[in-house]
Amino acid sequence: MTAMTDPARESFRLSMLIYDTRYRSFTIQAVALLGFMLFGAWLISNTITNLQTLGKPVQFGFLLEPAQYDINQRLLDYNNRDTHLRAAFIGLTNTLLVAFLGCIAATILGVFVGVLRLSKNWLVAKIMAVYVEVFRNVPVLLWIVLAMAVLIESLPSPKDFRGDNATASMSFFDSVAVTNRGVYIPEPLFSRSLGDVHLLGDSPLRMDLSLDLLAIVLVIIASIFAIKKVNARATAIQNSTGLRPTTWHVNLGIFFVPLIVLLIALGFHLGYPELKGFNFQGGTHLRNSLTALWLALSLYTAAFIAEIVRAGILAISHGQTEAAGALGLRPKRIMSLVVLPQALRVIIPPLISNYLNLTKNSSLAIAVGYMDITGTLGGITMNQTGRELESVLMLMLAYLIISLSISAVMNWYNSRVKLVER
Amino acid sequence: MKKSVFLGALTVAGLAAGAAAAGTLDDVKARGKLNCGVTTGLVGFAAPDENGRWDGFDVGVCRAVAAAVLGDPDAVEFVPTTGKTRFTALASGEIDVLARNTTWTFSRDVDLKFTFVGVNYYNGQGFMVPKELGVSSAKELDGATVCIQTGTTTELNLADFFRANNISYEPVPIETNAEGQQQYLAGACDTYTTDASGLAATRASFENPADHVVLPEIISKEPLGPLVRHGDDEWGDVVRWTLNALIAAEELGITSANIGELSAAAGDNPEVNRLLGTEGNLGEMLGLDADWAVKAVQAGGNYGELFEKNIGENSPVGLARGLNAQWTDGGLLYSPPFR
Repeated sequence: MTAMTDPARESFRLSMLIYDTRYRSFTIQAVALLGFMLFGAWLISNTITNLQTLGKPVQFGFLLEPAQYDINQRLLDYNNRDTHLRAAFIGLTNTLLVAFLGCIAATILGVFVGVLRLSKNWLVAKIMAVYVEVFRNVPVLLWIVLAMAVLIESLPSPKDFRGDNATASMSFFDSVAVTNRGVYIPEPLFSRSLGDVHLLGDSPLRMDLSLDLLAIVLVIIASIFAIKKVNARATAIQNSTGLRPTTWHVNLGIFFVPLIVLLIALGFHLGYPELKGFNFQGGTHLRNSLTALWLALSLYTAAFIAEIVRAGILAISHGQTEAAGALGLRPKRIMSLVVLPQALRVIIPPLISNYLNLTKNSSLAIAVGYMDITGTLGGITMNQTGRELESVLMLMLAYLIISLSISAVMNWYNSRVKLVER
Repeated sequence: MKKSVFLGALTVAGLAAGAAAAGTLDDVKARGKLNCGVTTGLVGFAAPDENGRWDGFDVGVCRAVAAAVLGDPDAVEFVPTTGKTRFTALASGEIDVLARNTTWTFSRDVDLKFTFVGVNYYNGQGFMVPKELGVSSAKELDGATVCIQTGTTTELNLADFFRANNISYEPVPIETNAEGQQQYLAGACDTYTTDASGLAATRASFENPADHVVLPEIISKEPLGPLVRHGDDEWGDVVRWTLNALIAAEELGITSANIGELSAAAGDNPEVNRLLGTEGNLGEMLGLDADWAVKAVQAGGNYGELFEKNIGENSPVGLARGLNAQWTDGGLLYSPPFR
């Protein structure tokens, strides 16, 4: 009978950290991490010491002092007595506005161009190819400056609208004024307004929420829910009887009747822009800086998105389309049920990075004097207070948060549309 | 890009500490060249001429300092800076002296850690409007669109002025003077505001200067002067007394025409002798040659000559001396005595 003994358990020795391949990689990683952290700590301590020597210790107290400058485009209330932090926040809302508008416009245009570039029509496909190549191969800063220059130089200035022999006139039944200071469009006004709610009291992040807007949004959401119910019922009837009842007129009624009733109840009317004094007054003023930036960023990013969309569609093998056709699906349904769901899987991840690029490129806004967060916090505030490091750190944090938020939302969407593999 | 700014700031901080410790005067001598920060281009004050040679009133100060320290008015490396980059450039040691229409304010002197060595132009902020607008006072500008260079004191003065007069305006921030011109001439703004001297210079470069007027209101005090980093008093003294030498030279009647004769031998006026180094050892005290002031004046003439040549009434800019006359003529220019 042989005695079965376990091999003696090898005790751990310190030298194994280097000579034992099981542990060596941990050792190397730990050393590298330590070195990296030391390097970081050296940089930070060096900066702090040097700034101290210069007499400029790292402090953020300046953010609570009055900013003393004005910002032309304000989505929220602000005046020059507000703090630098408030000014930075106003800049942040401007950044978000142009990023939001830009992403939407770039997506629509990009999908359109991407699909058309695959067109069998030679001319259309070539025109789209030229557009893509021209836009994505010229730096976006030049497009922004060009867009602004064209708007300023080619459009009439407000004084051209004045007098008896005016050289310019308002368009759309005298409701829209297109000038080289921006486009003035009618603004929605409510004579029986529900008022605003003031959120966050007196803090630098305070904002007003219009109850009118909230009511309109709620009614639209409720209508859409009702329409979905009607459609579900129609589908149920179709499944049991084979006949689908006509629903479009019911849906139209559900969507528009409550909305119109609400608008009448709120006393909805339009405020038209009017030439008073130096400028047009009233209406909503879309500044040229915003238009130029929006236009240039959208056109530039759309060129990239077009290529992504084209790649996404080409990635779906033609066999899929043919198979769907063999099952009796029509071309439109083949696109929406077979090709697009699979193409989206390819399209979404690079699309995220293009949204991030567009948002980060919006920091070129100062080239046209658009007061985004780089213009307020990273421009005027930094220059007036001389707090370069603090301002740049806060700017980096702001862009990091925006970018990570966009990524999070888009990744969530991606995980919903991606192909479930078995 | 953000990361590079951050690392840039770190290097900047590192460089600044090094530069302040070494002594700027020795650095400049060792380098054989003065790094001088100027505007990106403002006719009369600092702009390259048709041959690419920098010329102007602020440039004259740079050349005088270079001549005093290095003996050569052309030993200057001109670094064009914008309103936003100028202070970082100076703090980081990229430039030794900033002569760029910079207003001397409390916070820049105290909080930003710079030393203003004097005033070379007493200025104030004004407004320029097209004549056809029919405006005669800045208080009539209610609701106007105002083009303004961002990152300057003018931005704050503008906000204060309109607030104090309880009138509204729409600011159009722009990055450089050239962009401001473009927007103003295209009618994208009703009025352009900056220092009155800058307005005169800008107006001078227009095709039809007569179509534009500078409004009479001066809404702020803008003493413009060269500045250096805090904490290097030897270098500050060199720049300060070079500027004073130019001012004193005009007061004492020393011009680029007669300076050769006056500095050849000690004359009757002891202060002239001390200034020109034919008597005493003022140059040695500064760590410079005895004839430092002679070279400074020879570089471009005394203060009055520099003024007349670049921005005076017979130049395209056409500014009157006004507050910038010698104290003996009712102005504010007053150099401390050379003794």
